[in-house]
Amino acid sequence: MKKLINKPEDVVKEELEGLALAYPDIVKVHFDPDYVYRADAPVKGKVALISGGGSGHEPMHGGLVGLGMLDGACPGQVFTSPTPDQMLEAAKMVHGGAGVLYIVKNYTGDVMNFEMAADMARSEGIRVLSILIDDDTAVKDSTWTAGRRGVGTTVLAEKIVGAAAEKGYDLKKLADLCRKVNINGRSMGMALTSCTVPMAGKPTFDLPEDEMEIGVGIHGEPGRERMSLKTADEITEMLALSIIDDPAYSRTVRELDEEKGEWVDVTLEDPPFKAGDQVLAFVNNMGGSAAVELPIIYRKLHEICEKKGLKIVRNLIGPYITSLEMQGCSITLLKMDDELLELWDAPVKTIGMRWGI
Amino acid sequence: MAITTVDVLNCLRQMADVIHENKEYLTDLDSAIGDADHGINMDRGFQAILKKLPSVEDKDAGTILKTAGMALVSSVGGAAGPLYGTAFMQAGMAIAGKYELEAEDLLAILDAALKGVIMRGRANLADKTMVDAITPAVNVIREALGNGAGTVEVLEQAAAAAKKGMKDTIPMLAKKGRASYLGERSIGHQDPGATSSYLLINTMAEMARVKE
Ligand SMILES: Nc1ncnc2c1ncn2[C@@H]1O[C@H](COP(=O)(O)OP(=O)(O)OP(=O)(O)O)[C@@H](O)[C@H]1O
Ligand SMILES: [Mg+2]
Repeated sequence: MKKLINKPEDVVKEELEGLALAYPDIVKVHFDPDYVYRADAPVKGKVALISGGGSGHEPMHGGLVGLGMLDGACPGQVFTSPTPDQMLEAAKMVHGGAGVLYIVKNYTGDVMNFEMAADMARSEGIRVLSILIDDDTAVKDSTWTAGRRGVGTTVLAEKIVGAAAEKGYDLKKLADLCRKVNINGRSMGMALTSCTVPMAGKPTFDLPEDEMEIGVGIHGEPGRERMSLKTADEITEMLALSIIDDPAYSRTVRELDEEKGEWVDVTLEDPPFKAGDQVLAFVNNMGGSAAVELPIIYRKLHEICEKKGLKIVRNLIGPYITSLEMQGCSITLLKMDDELLELWDAPVKTIGMRWGI
Repeated sequence: MAITTVDVLNCLRQMADVIHENKEYLTDLDSAIGDADHGINMDRGFQAILKKLPSVEDKDAGTILKTAGMALVSSVGGAAGPLYGTAFMQAGMAIAGKYELEAEDLLAILDAALKGVIMRGRANLADKTMVDAITPAVNVIREALGNGAGTVEVLEQAAAAAKKGMKDTIPMLAKKGRASYLGERSIGHQDPGATSSYLLINTMAEMARVKE
């Protein structure tokens, strides 16, 4: 293992210490339990947004904390969900009296830890709602798996819902908006290499020079299928078509029902894309691909979208939801409307994303 | 043979040793069908338990197990944190107030632990999870108690059943947790969570054997 680290067990702690020193005008960091929060938190009267998950996906989530985006982020160990006490303490620190929305990526660990945290926060009198992001089309069905994973759409949801919170949406409206972004966004990722979890010290899987994994998540795990290496155009086509041609996707998720005061099963259906849709196209670097490669992916994606009658109205290109130093990329398409466009364009000031300010 | 709170404390310390020794093994299993962190997660959790034990040395067995569960919840993260954390907390609740445990209490402990895992993770049998190791252990304890078995025998049978349950996960197709994303590719690998469950139950049996 070759990494710019000191001790493997100190990676997350020292990263957080560095962020706190480098960006004091944007974030503060609390240790034990660990969480990153907005420097000006709590913002009175605003719904507070909190997300979190394993580390190793930087800038997500700590780098997405700040004006117009998250109020708090709970980093776990690398690729390991954080713990409920982090999420609870973060909620207590950032909530400004208008409630807290947890944005949770659909991984068993994240889901269970956030569920425990939401119950704990509510028993301490904090209003909480929780919305899942499950947008990874690599996962075909939800009956035989833990359901689609939360990937690229998470970044877009945090930006859009964050802007809406800043605008004064209430908790219920924000939860509805977050759900809307989730069902209108879809992603697909691929890997050219594996990656090495610092504490494990060796790559999670072996991937020969001439092969790649299609349908990977963001944890260095093997994907749906291994195949021989292809060109950027061919890879882009595979990823894009698996998103654009994906049929309606239906699954049951658990959400907090405020009136009943308990978790209830909710059935959600993602409508498929259709010609005439306006989309945001997000080409994400898994962390280890050279920046020169991403526009090559975007170029082909643009052509495919045009051919399919999808109009790209906004884009985002770069490393936003990474998988350590993995080489590879993911594509996310999000169907846009006027509300989402306005919120996307709204000012944001975080470590990883900044505009309009 | 009654199990005392000193035995419970020792058992937890021994569990921490066993998990520490198997940290790489569990992580390797998890890199085949997961994200290569299960051993690391479990080790972090049991080290956290060790730190908490001095504060409950004079408490009842229920409080000791509940405290261990809380230490797991607040230190492990991942899927294993809430699952094992809930298991230990529920187990502690099932023997609340007791300073000495008999064979029946072992059933109460493991049954409550299993119910806790299922409540939290909603896994079914044969989903290729820790449920597949704990369920046969609970069933066999219930049977052995009916036949009048004592503590050691009960736990030895439980460990054997958990071991078989763990091995039985190899041909299974994962339907819960991270491994489920691999579909057919999850077949042929032993589930890391079922393995750690076996290791923990086996440690209980060893504790009883040594004491006898
Ligand atoms: N729903 C579930 N019910 C019971 N056991 C489960 C469930 N989901 C996963 N597991 C168990 O958890 C084990 C994996 O635990 P681990 O500590 O590696 O968490 P993880 O899934 O990697 O979490 P994270 O994704 O947050 O890192 C699996 O081997 C399996 O036995
Ligand atoms: Mg794991």
